[in-house]
Amino acid sequence: MLTPVTDADGAPFWRYAAQGELRVQACADCGEPRFPPRPCCPHCQSFASEWRRTSGRGRIWSYVVPHPPLLPDYAAHAPYNVILVELAEAPRIRLVGNLVSGPGAAIDSFSPDRIRIGARVQVVFGGDGLPQWVLERP
Amino acid sequence: MPAVTGIKDATAIVGIGQTSFAKHLPEDERTLACRAVLAALDDAGIAPGEVDALASYTMEETDEVELAKAVGFGDLSFFSKIGFGGGGSCATVAHLAAAIAAGQATVGVAWRSRKRGSGPRPWTNTAVQLPTPAQWTRPFGLLRPADEIAMLARRYLHEYGATRDHLFNVALACRNRANQNPAAVMYERPLTREMYMSSRWISEPLCLYDNCLETDGALACVIVSGERARDCRRRPVYVHSAAQGLPAQHHGMVNYWNDDPLTGPAWAAARHLWKHADFTPSDVDVAQIYDAFTPLVPLSLEGYGFCGRGEGGAFTEGGALETGGRLPLNTGGGGLSEAYVHGFNLINEGVKQLRGTSTAQVPGAATCLVTAGEGVPTSALLLRN
Repeated sequence: MLTPVTDADGAPFWRYAAQGELRVQACADCGEPRFPPRPCCPHCQSFASEWRRTSGRGRIWSYVVPHPPLLPDYAAHAPYNVILVELAEAPRIRLVGNLVSGPGAAIDSFSPDRIRIGARVQVVFGGDGLPQWVLERP
Repeated sequence: MPAVTGIKDATAIVGIGQTSFAKHLPEDERTLACRAVLAALDDAGIAPGEVDALASYTMEETDEVELAKAVGFGDLSFFSKIGFGGGGSCATVAHLAAAIAAGQATVGVAWRSRKRGSGPRPWTNTAVQLPTPAQWTRPFGLLRPADEIAMLARRYLHEYGATRDHLFNVALACRNRANQNPAAVMYERPLTREMYMSSRWISEPLCLYDNCLETDGALACVIVSGERARDCRRRPVYVHSAAQGLPAQHHGMVNYWNDDPLTGPAWAAARHLWKHADFTPSDVDVAQIYDAFTPLVPLSLEGYGFCGRGEGGAFTEGGALETGGRLPLNTGGGGLSEAYVHGFNLINEGVKQLRGTSTAQVPGAATCLVTAGEGVPTSALLLRN
């Protein structure tokens, strides 16, 4: 499976994720959260930023179910789901992820037939440093 | 001093050329590029030595030096390349139109040569995927452009009540026109609703027929001043208005991180395009809308002002995109059914319509909208004869 190829701006996200924390970059001056991370704030142009911890809660904004042709590691799991989660604290931040049956479960562990736009989800961390999502009310 | 008039009708497309289109062509991209460019110059009746300006895509593999020395261009005084894949198609013509209108050049050639049919799929090359934004998407299995657009398409269907039948209407209109076009890859391959609804998924909710072709081929066109155009071999097709569009806080095909992901670059390009035009969307006789994926068409119909927000699906009903409909679409077959060459065939088809030589001619067509890829920083042209 592909692992994140990070850059200077994105690296803190993955460091916090490896510790089991979902944090997003926010401006240290005006407070506006932003994603993906970037060098300065598009609202006030400040270069000062902080990494704000989120509740890890959100709602499914959209989802897809990829089928082959895919990279071999992903084809082995197809069809699987990819969801887009709108964070409760910052609706314009929508994280790409997978809805799974539990922490560490495979990307095809949750049936696509049961996915609904608007469903509440909660972040979990399975150990490989990637955030995953489970239904808040299974 | 007269008021600044910008580029309106200052330049015209006077030559178009193309190779054949196929899943696999034996010649390499450079050879195909030379053939398309020389065909376009021959069509215009202009010698290669008169060319002094070039424009293409940053993804074009045959660079200016290779092309110029092979086909025998003169001294070049202007050359530019536009980024963002299929979003750059119309911008090639726009840059040349601006350069010629400003006096920086006199004869411009735009081109695209690509062996996307026999060559590799770009998304399989994981080594060159840039860290931003791929780090936020690829590890989770959002691997291909089809997946990225399917995410927006699912939300579009959900939010506006559009259906797969609306997407089928787009695929069908393109296929029907391809069935009239002997140069189209899908010339002899009709499409039915049954075929569409039972085809395999690529990325739900998008099926096989929601995706463009994978084609080898090359195209080119020649742009000169309106004055020069009157002396050329063919009826001039004027560049009436041209625009690029990169809206604030846009993120490319993964446009997931702003207030309104379903209004993309088409809206930004359209604002500039119409601001400088003497006619309105209701005056457009025929449209060539970038169709790498069917959902890009309803999004573009909204963005360019043919209908309201969320009405793009419904707009396709009742044969609206077919010959004789409200807005005949992609009359050569488009990327879905003629050839996928990063949208350049849409430019040349627009020229054919305004010359009256399309294989699916709209009677008396006098105005045509051509668009580049929605969902990436884009561009568009209004052509008239």
